[in-house]
Amino acid sequence: MQIKSIEELKKIREKSLKKVNLREHGEESGDQIEVLVGMATCGIASGARETLSAIVDQVSKENLENVKIIPVGCIGYCHSEPIVQLNIPGQNPILYGKVDGEKGREIVKKHIKGGEPLKESIIDASFDRA
Amino acid sequence: MSKFRTNILICGGTGCIASDSDKVIKNFNLILKARGYDEEVQVIKTGCFGFCEQGPIVKIEPDNVFYVRVQPKDAAEIVDEHIIKGRKVERLLYEEPRKHEKIEQHKNMLFYKKQLRIALRNCGLINPEDIYEYIAFNGYDALGRSLTKMTPDEVIETIKKSGLRGRGGGGFPTGLKWEYTRKSEGTIKYIICNADEGDPGAFMDRSILEGDPHSVIEAMTIGGYAIGANEGIVYIRAEYPLAIERLTIAINQARDLGLLGKNIFGTDFRFDITLKYGAGAFVCGEETALINSVEGKRGEPSNKPPYPAQEGYWDRPTCVNNVETFANIPSIILKGSDWFSSIGTEKSKGTKVFALAGKVNNVGLVEVPMGTTLREIIYDIGGGIFNNHKFKAVQTGGPSGGVITEEHLDTPIDYEHLIEVGSMMGSGGMIVMDETNCMVNIAKFYLEFTMDESCGRCTPCRVGTKRMHEFLEKITSGKGTMEDLDALKQLSYMIKDGSLCGLGQTAPNPVLSTMKYFWDEYIAHVKDKHCPTGECTHLAKYSIDPDKCVGCTACAKVCPVDCISGEVKRTHVIDQSRCIKCGACFDTCKFSAVIKP
Amino acid sequence: MMANDLPKEKFDALEKYIDSFQSTKGTLIEVLHKAQDLFGYLPRDVQLFVARKLGIPGAEVFGVVSFYSYFTTKPEGKHSISVCMGTACFVKGADKILDQLKEKLEIVSGETTKDDLFTLKEVRCIGACGLAPVVMVDGKVYGRVKTDDIDTIIDTYRK
Repeated sequence: MQIKSIEELKKIREKSLKKVNLREHGEESGDQIEVLVGMATCGIASGARETLSAIVDQVSKENLENVKIIPVGCIGYCHSEPIVQLNIPGQNPILYGKVDGEKGREIVKKHIKGGEPLKESIIDASFDRA
Repeated sequence: MSKFRTNILICGGTGCIASDSDKVIKNFNLILKARGYDEEVQVIKTGCFGFCEQGPIVKIEPDNVFYVRVQPKDAAEIVDEHIIKGRKVERLLYEEPRKHEKIEQHKNMLFYKKQLRIALRNCGLINPEDIYEYIAFNGYDALGRSLTKMTPDEVIETIKKSGLRGRGGGGFPTGLKWEYTRKSEGTIKYIICNADEGDPGAFMDRSILEGDPHSVIEAMTIGGYAIGANEGIVYIRAEYPLAIERLTIAINQARDLGLLGKNIFGTDFRFDITLKYGAGAFVCGEETALINSVEGKRGEPSNKPPYPAQEGYWDRPTCVNNVETFANIPSIILKGSDWFSSIGTEKSKGTKVFALAGKVNNVGLVEVPMGTTLREIIYDIGGGIFNNHKFKAVQTGGPSGGVITEEHLDTPIDYEHLIEVGSMMGSGGMIVMDETNCMVNIAKFYLEFTMDESCGRCTPCRVGTKRMHEFLEKITSGKGTMEDLDALKQLSYMIKDGSLCGLGQTAPNPVLSTMKYFWDEYIAHVKDKHCPTGECTHLAKYSIDPDKCVGCTACAKVCPVDCISGEVKRTHVIDQSRCIKCGACFDTCKFSAVIKP
Repeated sequence: MMANDLPKEKFDALEKYIDSFQSTKGTLIEVLHKAQDLFGYLPRDVQLFVARKLGIPGAEVFGVVSFYSYFTTKPEGKHSISVCMGTACFVKGADKILDQLKEKLEIVSGETTKDDLFTLKEVRCIGACGLAPVVMVDGKVYGRVKTDDIDTIIDTYRK
């Protein structure tokens, strides 16, 4: 499909918004959970690939069907790579730092499945976005 | 969530452990147990809060109260007052350095709020390989508006009024560049994105291309419309394979949706983007050199004028902008020039992304409004100096810039102020150095870089940087004379005045600025034949202070050449004739008994 | 050795690539990238082949090859060890790491070991400043490297 006017762009945006609403505000009525994994060069160098595949693997092992795993770019927190953001409907997004494969599995088991955040791995990321 | 009503989070990061947070944790546990609260209150050791200079940090949840500089003896007071009686311990609350107001909730603390992300707005938030996610965050709306509701002149006027200046280093007003190219005669014009990030220590352009490639595509299309170009070229480093891959995917997606190609948004405007790969040459950051390289030639700079806006790629009018500059454009179109120009200082508007690295705790990319001070970036956002070392200097502007010392830490960062203190904005590398970094050695490092990267076209730069490097090599190996220092300085000015392009004109900056602020270190190398930091191994001298040495034998054990002798519990001695100055003993001694002078 | 190194199929592939351009004006650097992808390096024969195909003097091709650090005229070892010499890594001691590698491998930067196993390179910022100092072997990044780690890293690739 080709976008030929601002109205068409708007329609596509509205459709796409449902996909990302959860991302910024935790606003989402459904039960879709998102796992964002920082996959820029720095993240990959710190082992984000292993983290990503561990999370994918664990999610399928636990038979979780409402979890979507999305590779994203760099958030600028090189000191805490690999970084994983967890968006659960109705909750503020949570950012985890230094997530290796093992910790990735733990996040799936304890936080996504068990509802218990891994406190010691949470990092702060509050800045304003334009 | 758990059976505990309250959690006491105590930072177990390196910085805080260094300031006794382990003992704080132990005391909390003991006192809670003694008061009988250990069943309902839990003590948790956490990762670094990123605020090490105020450590140890203690956070009480769910109250969300934040205590700083908590000493082991304070545990009792916090338990008795806060946990048992529900009263905050005022004296330990974080005090904002400026307002002297006690702040208890850490989301309100200045240091978490200092960043504002415009260029990096989508990085880490969207899937860069999914155009629909970019569209969901208002992507391509700015392009639609520009094409259907604004004339090219109105677009240029908006960018001009916003005050946006080139983020690649020069700081030339972007709107003006667009205007010059638009006004140049010719039916075929080009817009080029400079993604040949060459500063060793800056990687914001790569992050933007990897994290939000569509923002650059959208901005280049807007720029093409504004200046009257139908063809865009991204000149990208071949060393960035992931950025190339994501950009290629993004371009194809944009083509599929008709956002690149013919009749964009139903108008007559057509535009497309191709990629050209760089092959590793720092000088190609200079726009005339870049254009030569895009044409498949040696990337040597040409004389200006004619400027690329008049005669650029294949002698046609060409506009070259950097990645970060482009990433700002969509937000400016959507939110207006007034919004953008309300951020920043009088002459430098908006934000700047810095790659904060070196001896700082929170290494990473930060995007702050212009006018933020270096101190705020290094201490508040950067979390202070690594391992509780002492700040010595910060280097900005990469190989073209200079060092900034403690006295100028409160300088608001913008293009003019950084030049005033002897450095420059550059592309945004920011390297923090502590007292263990030798400034002469750093100057030599940068000179080695510019010497390697000098394209060889003009003599002052080609020969001059080599001679400068030889002087520095001589000085750091202990053979320098006072005459060499004079000659080095004179040569620096000659290269600055005589070189053809920006690379040569700025190459001596690291030497001149370290000479200005750290003259005593140069003197120490030349006169005393001594490197105060021990980094220049030829000039390092290690000895053992007999008053402090307890005879633990640790140094003798690590010495790779066995030149330290001494018996257990007796003062140890280094045999200077055999010492290879590796510094292993210095790093190992727990009693600060090994001294460098 | 030379013949094995520069098989005809690779020249054919390069020729096909060059022929795919409508106009070869300004394509020299792209062609050289392709050639280095194919052969691993750009020896004299390959450079002259490119010059003939593009109809430009061999000197111009060599001028471009020698100008850019990405292009190499020497074959490389089985593994490439790159030491990041970006500023962030430098202030964290990358020069000491490099010295150690030079000593262990008995070569200087840009050279290949006698057994053709390792090529040692200095590279500018690979953008993993958070892990400084960084050493990259083939595609794998080793972060926060200490001089003591060098032996272990090299040995991993010796077998």
